[in-house]
Formats: sequence, structure tokens, C-alpha cells
Amino acid sequence: MADVLIMNETEATAARLGIDLSEVDYDSIRLPPGEDFGIISDDEEVYQDEQLELDSSFGNIVIVDNIPVVPREKFEKLEVVIRKIFCQVGVIKEDGIVMPVDPETQKTVGYCFIEYSTPQEAEVAAEKTNGYKLDKAHVFVVNLFTEFEKFMRVPNEWAPPENKPYTPGENLQKWLTDEKARDQFVIRAGTDTEVLWNDARQAKTELVFKHTYWTESFVQWSPLGTYLATVHRQGAVVWGGAATFNRLMRYAHPQVKLIDFSPGEKYLVTYSSHEPSNPRDAYMVVINIFDVRTGKVRRDFKGSADEFAIGGTGGVAGVSWPVFRWGGGNEDKYFAKLGKNMISVYETETFSLIDKKSLKVENVVDFCWSPTDPIIALFVPELGGGNQPARVSLVQIPNKEELRQKNLFSVSDCKMYWQSNGEYLAVKVDRYTKTKKSTYTGFELFRIKERDIPIEVLELDNKNDKIIAFAWEPKGHRFAVIHGDNPRPDVSFYSMRTANNTGRVSKLTTVKGKQANALFWSPAGRFIVLAGLKGFNGQLEFYNVDELESMATAEHFMATDVEWDPTGRYVATSVTSVHEMENGFNIWSFNGKLLYRILKDHFFQFLWRPRPPSFLTPEKEEEISKNLKKYSKKYELEDQDVSMLLSEQEREKRRMLKEEWDKWISDWKRSHEEEKLERQKLRDGEASDEEEEYQAREIEVEELLDVSEEVLSEF
Amino acid sequence: MRPILMKGHERPLTFLKYNRDGDLLFSCAKDHTPTVWFADNGERLGTYRGHNGAVWSCDVSRDSTMLVTGSADQTAKLWNVQTGMPLYTFNFDSPARSVDFAIGDKLAVITADPFMDVTSAIHVKPIARDPSDQTGESVLVLKGPQGRINRAIWGPLNRTIISAGEDAVIRIWDSETGKLLKEETGHKKTITSLAKAADGSHFLTGSLDKSAKLWDSRTLTLIKTYITERPVNAVAMSPLLDHVVLGGGQDASAVTTTDHRAGKFEAKFYDKMLTEEIGGVKGHFGPINALAFNPDGKSFSSGGEDGYVRLHHFDADYFNIKI
Repeated sequence: MADVLIMNETEATAARLGIDLSEVDYDSIRLPPGEDFGIISDDEEVYQDEQLELDSSFGNIVIVDNIPVVPREKFEKLEVVIRKIFCQVGVIKEDGIVMPVDPETQKTVGYCFIEYSTPQEAEVAAEKTNGYKLDKAHVFVVNLFTEFEKFMRVPNEWAPPENKPYTPGENLQKWLTDEKARDQFVIRAGTDTEVLWNDARQAKTELVFKHTYWTESFVQWSPLGTYLATVHRQGAVVWGGAATFNRLMRYAHPQVKLIDFSPGEKYLVTYSSHEPSNPRDAYMVVINIFDVRTGKVRRDFKGSADEFAIGGTGGVAGVSWPVFRWGGGNEDKYFAKLGKNMISVYETETFSLIDKKSLKVENVVDFCWSPTDPIIALFVPELGGGNQPARVSLVQIPNKEELRQKNLFSVSDCKMYWQSNGEYLAVKVDRYTKTKKSTYTGFELFRIKERDIPIEVLELDNKNDKIIAFAWEPKGHRFAVIHGDNPRPDVSFYSMRTANNTGRVSKLTTVKGKQANALFWSPAGRFIVLAGLKGFNGQLEFYNVDELESMATAEHFMATDVEWDPTGRYVATSVTSVHEMENGFNIWSFNGKLLYRILKDHFFQFLWRPRPPSFLTPEKEEEISKNLKKYSKKYELEDQDVSMLLSEQEREKRRMLKEEWDKWISDWKRSHEEEKLERQKLRDGEASDEEEEYQAREIEVEELLDVSEEVLSEF
Repeated sequence: MRPILMKGHERPLTFLKYNRDGDLLFSCAKDHTPTVWFADNGERLGTYRGHNGAVWSCDVSRDSTMLVTGSADQTAKLWNVQTGMPLYTFNFDSPARSVDFAIGDKLAVITADPFMDVTSAIHVKPIARDPSDQTGESVLVLKGPQGRINRAIWGPLNRTIISAGEDAVIRIWDSETGKLLKEETGHKKTITSLAKAADGSHFLTGSLDKSAKLWDSRTLTLIKTYITERPVNAVAMSPLLDHVVLGGGQDASAVTTTDHRAGKFEAKFYDKMLTEEIGGVKGHFGPINALAFNPDGKSFSSGGEDGYVRLHHFDADYFNIKI
């Protein structure tokens, strides 16, 4: 917490000097070299580690064991072979290869020393060439010379290792056992990053952990919520713990820009791009894949940005992120990258290509994994001016077998949407009209889990409608589409099932004229938020798809983000710092009741902490939802208690405020009275002091204007 | 009730002041002519011509005969309220910002802005009973605060002067000796406005840090803080109910970049004791720069960057608000 203290001091000093800290560009401050003003930065340790390595003079030497034993005449040949292998990793010093010779047999002894120009190269060599297969009998064992001593100390006789007592690690999922079943979220505003409980019952937040300058660019939860990752100049760090957030592991990757977890949060992919020395060259890209638990690099990829920039749009410096897309569900078995005319699929057992080769697909432009199964959906656009149709196909991994394929004609663009259980795949196809002047949109719907994967074509009622948004119901069989050309588009809901289970897609309803351009399904399904972000200034409609009725409409003015909590009970809408005013977030109940709002200047991020999937079987879940009354009773009682307590607290607070206030008022009255005479003196004895002598009187004035008598005719 | 829109100024409003009887409303704007209105129906009575720059503030004597105005033309002027004739001109080396008559109207405190090498200063001027005896001498000049002093007012019994401004510090000075008695930093950004209670026992400050604070005038104790969503340009306190009103809005330079709703140009009412928001009065098409309560507490007026003064008479419901 020392750094927080220092921050407070700094803030105090700044306030005294009248400096607005939020306007100070910290990056522009250059400290004199070697001067840290007594502040030890977090990365100091890393830095010191490196220093130590540089000091050791043998750090750049590796020992290669298991090289062939050859007679004198073959020395040169062997050296050439070895040099060839080892100079790929780094620069070998002149006379850097030393092969000791047995004086008796005049043969090599089966190992050699290689001296690199830098310790880093030696390290890389030890890591990369270790286990290199020269041939069947000669698998290299490569070690750093500095580690040699360690090996020498290995006793000759095997002693059974001491049984270390088992020390249980911290329960990283402790937050799931919260008594009130609350959810956590992280927010980043100004320089502060805070993790908070959403205490919806009391309509407030409760602080879990707060850290100033916790990250240098952004924070990210791991997909199951176990870790919170922060990104720094030196690399990424993950945090977690039972009660608070401790540093669990560091992943060194200088200038890391983007990070991505595998869905089962076993691996962390980090990305950085580096400006080339020659401005005409492409940016250099470095991607590391770390094991989250051990912190070891499992595989790294280096190359020019062009190699990684195929397919997709956006991202940083032309690379579409994530470069590696993870598949195979939560087991983190496979990951794949789009390349030119191919998809490279790797498996995580060996971190190498499946079958040592990529999946060749001519002109492939996009692919995506099924969220649950090792199936890739890929899209190939039209070729040869329409001679070869566009194609969407499903490929099973690892056997690379094509499960289903669909040819499509006069296609301009294609987008694929998987349902979260991997049961359905919707492909949005934009086709040219006959004149090729405009496009219209249709959907191809794949039923993955059914035999032979039937495909159905869906066209909207008005097929010229533009599609603004599409979203599957999570774990469900419905989807929602926003379509239309009007300023107020329509929203339609479709179901993949029909009442008599004919296996045809059917429309449930269309709601017309909605100010919406984004769809946010509850993670539990059934409810959806139709949001009008950007141009619509933050219109929100909470819609119940079971009943096909709107539950509430609301507005969070200028909202930029909408996010459901992982249980589907609450919705957070936030205005991030893209807008100057109104920064902050609102928490809503699932049915659109505003629970509370918090304003924070310079608001950057709001992220709910994800929850791992429930362990309940679908049957059990069904049982609970059937007997909901029984289960909810207990919670209703708790709710009542809380609201009683709250109103009690509120009353108490008001009483205190009132007392305090009355004290002030009586003080003021007294001194005002005491000073009355003096005040009169200041006014030259003018008696009327204040309003007490000044009275407004209502005076009724009757004025007689005219009197006349008139005799009414008598009958 | 529908507000009365008073269009008489061609430039943004800067200050509003009711006389003690609550029948006249004086308005200052960045155009050069302070204006007086009937506080009841918004009818314009007349203007005070003579300034050659934006007029930043004004004060009216207890008997409503004399008006003092401070202007960017580096003068403060005394006027005959009834005839509109200038009575005397105080000259300064920099724009005059804030003016305030003391109890008894025999003294006035006038602040001067920092300008070129001139630092900001608080001047105390004696006001002669007969305008022909008036001189420009100061009995006291206070210096020290950094930056502009946006407001300086008299404390209880004229013994102290309370000042606040760009350095976000509230200071209490001895009005006899000029000694700095107390200073308090509660705000984080420029204090834009300061309004004292009818009996002078406490005062309210509004700041660009999006808050307003209530202070005790004698001890400079912070009593309450009112948090709002936008910079506060103007504050006022109801003399009748425990309500405070905050006005403001995003910076004038950023107004055109967003929807007018984003600017938050509402006058917001807060419960003085609970510091909770009660409601808002919309209408201005720009930030609110000035607010004033009628001394009877039954109406208030707001002046905006849009050049309008809006005069609001409260509905009967207003007096029965319960929270």
C-alpha cells in the first residue's frame, strides 16, 4: 500500500501548488537517469533480475549434450552441422564452439560448448534447441553453463524427495460463495481502479479492493472470473485471491498492447507491435502464449504485422484481435489463426500445428469456432467474378473433415453468428440484387446438433430491410434482429422451434418503430434489452421475450455501454469517457427499474466479473425453476429485513442531521439576536432590523362607485 | 407557473440582485447596461447607461436609492436607482468584479481582477451619504490571493470580509486591520459564486468542481456539501424554506457539441439539510450564470448564458414539498 500513500501525498502537494493532477501527462516527465526520488517501481525487481544475469560472465555459454561421438577426421563436419543448427538462434562468437576430445580414443566425448554473444541468445538457445532431434540416437540436451553447477551438485545416489506438506492455495473463487449471492464488477475511472460488490438490495456498491494506478492501459477479467488481468509496459499481471487481490503471476512482455485469455483460462495470449527501424518495413509483431498458472511461455510467434493482419477488420495497427481464436470449448484444446489461403490450427498439448500442417482453404477470409465444439465455420468469398460461388463450410477438428458446406451466389458479404451452446449457426448473407447496385440480406440457419446439419434459409418479410443487429438468445433457441431503413427500425424475434416441433424457424413477433440499434440478451435468456446507443442517446427498452411484451422503457442519457451481470439479474449501463459529461454508470434490475447510479469523471471501463458455468444439471435447474416459490421464500424474508434495516438507518440518519442542523440554526439565531443592537447602530439607529419589523398586511379596500335604485316591474 | 422570460440583454447574464423589498430586480450582463425590472411581472423599468464593458455584479442599498456596479471597463459606478444617473465613478487599474454594500451602506467592498502586472485586490471604499461628498479613496486594500477574486462580501457586523475566487480558497479578513483571519480549502476548483443567508449567518459557495458548500460565516466551518453533475456557476438560498438552488452547466465553449439536455442547464433545487436533490427547473439554452431569490422566498430568477432572465413564481405545491 506504500505507493497509495505516496500517491496521496502527491495529490496533497499538487493541491497545495494548485496543479490539476488529471491534466499532468505523466509520460512526459523524464526523471534524471538513476534518480527514482525514493520511489521503487513495481518493475524494479524484474530489472534487478536482468542485471544479475548480465553480471555473470558465463551466462552466454550453453552446453550441448548427446552430440555424436566422432573420430578426428569428422570433427569439421560435425562442427559445421552444429553451427548450422545453433546459429539459427543467435550469433555464435568466433571460435565459440569448443568440442573436447578424449585424449585416449581421439574422439569427441559427446558434448560441446557454444558461446553466444549475449546471455539472452544463450537462454533462447537452451530453451529452443533442447530436445532437438539430430537423428534417432542423438537428441540434444542443451543447458546453460551457469546452470551446470546446479547439475553437478545432484547427488549420485537417488534419495526419495521429501514429502512436502500440502499447503492449500488460496481459494480463488471465494467470491462465488458470497452469502448475499452478489456479483462483483471492476470499474476504472481517472487513475483509480476499483473492484466493487453490486449490493442491489441496499442500492449501493461495496468496495472490495481499490488501487490507484493499478494498470497502465486497461484491465480484463479472465473468462471464468478467476483472475483480473492488468496491463503494464513490462507485461501483463494477473490478480486474484480469496479476500483481496494479490499478485498471482507476472507475464513479462515488453510493450504489451493486447491480451486475451483462452476460454478455460489456462492460457494467456499477449500481443505487442513494435515500430520497425526502417519506416518502410512493416511493424514487428510479437505474440506470446503463456501458461496462466506457471507463467511460462508455451509458444511465441514473431513476425511482421502483415503476416498477422489477414482477415477481419479493425484491431490495432491493422491486426484483427484476437489473432488466435480459441476453440474446443472450455478445455482450451485448440487455437487457430487465419493465414493467407489457410487456417493454422494448433493444439495445446504440443503447441504445434495439428498434423504439422495448416488447413488449406483457398481465399478464406473469415472463420469462427463453435463456442462448445471443435468445429470451425469458415467463409470463402466468390471468386473469378462469380464463376466460383462463395462458400460457408463447417470443418471438424482435429480430423479436418468437412461436415457441411453451402454454396452461395452473388454474395457481397457474410457474417457468422454462433449460438452460445453451439447448437445453431446463423450466417447473415448480404447478396447483390440483379442489377448489382444494391444488396439485400438473408440468413442461412444451420442446425448443428441435428443429423446431417440441415440448413434453412430465412428472409425477412421485407427483404430489402437493412440488418442493424442480430443476437442469439444465450443457451436458447431464439434470436432477435433489428432491421429496417427508418430512423426508427423494427425488432423481430424468431424461434428455431415451433409449437409442433416441425423443425422450422418461425417468427414470434415484430415490434415496430423502436429507437434501438443494439441488442443485449440476458445471459439467462428470456429477457432482452433493446438499446439505442450513440445516435439514439441511450434509449433502453427492457423486453420479455417469453411474454412478448415490453417491461419498461428508460433512458440512460448518452450511454455507451450496456452489460448484463453474469446471472442475468441486473444490467449496467455506462457512459464512458468518450463523452465529456455524465460519465458514470447506472445499475438496473432485469425488468428495467433503476436501482442506483454513480457518477465518476473520466470513466473508462465497467466489467462484470464473469462466473464459471453452474454445476447444476439441467434437470436440477428445471426443478428449481418449477419450485421457485419454495426457494424464494427465504430470500424474500431476507429482502424484507434489509429494507426494514435500511429505512431504520435512514430515519436515524435524518434524525442526526436534523439535530445537527437545529443546533446551527439556534446558534445563528442567538448571535443574530446578540448583534441586533450593534447592527442598528451601524444603520444609524434605524429601528427596523429585518423582516421581524417588516410585515406584509393584506388590506381590503372597498370603494363605493355608484348607487342607483331601480324599480323592477311588478306583476 | 409559467416563467416570465425577460429579454433585455444582448449578451450573457452575469449577476442578478433583488432589492430588500423584493419589488425590483437588477440584472447585469456582458453587454454594458445594467437593467432594472419589476420583480413581479418582469416589466423593464430602465437601464443604467455609462459603463463601457461587461458588468460583472451589482448591489443595491437598503433603502433602494443607490446602486453600485462593477465592470470590466475598470470602473465601479454608483447610480441613482430612480433616475438612472451615475453619481460617482471609482477607477481601478483592472476590471472590477464583485461589489457589496456593508450593513448601513456606509462602506462597499469592491474586488479588482488581476490584469497585466496588477495583482488582484479587495478594496474597501467609504460611501458618502451625500454623493457630492464622495471620493475615490480606499480605507483598506487587501492583497494576497492568487488569481481572480470572484466574490467578496461583508461578514456579520461588517467586522469581516469573506472572499473566494480562482484559487478555490475561502478567506476571512478582518475588515479593520486587513489581517487574514482564516482560510479554508474545501473546493478543488475555482469558486464561481458566493451567496449569503438573509441574516448573514452562513453562506453558500459554488465551484467548478461540481459542488456547492455551505459554511458558517463566523467560524468558517464547513456545514454541508451539495454534489451536482456539472460545474456550478451560480448559487442561491431560499430565505423562506430550507432550499438551496444551484445553477451551472457545461462550459460555454463546449455547449454546441452536444444535445442541450447534455449540458444540464437546469436550476437544481436541493434540500439544505439533507443535501438531497428535490427537483430542477429547466428552460435555459445555455449555462446558468446568475441566480437570485426574491427576499419573500416566493419567486426566484435565473440568468443564463443565453441572454435571458427567467423569472419564476413558485406554484403552491412548491411550499409543500416533502422528502
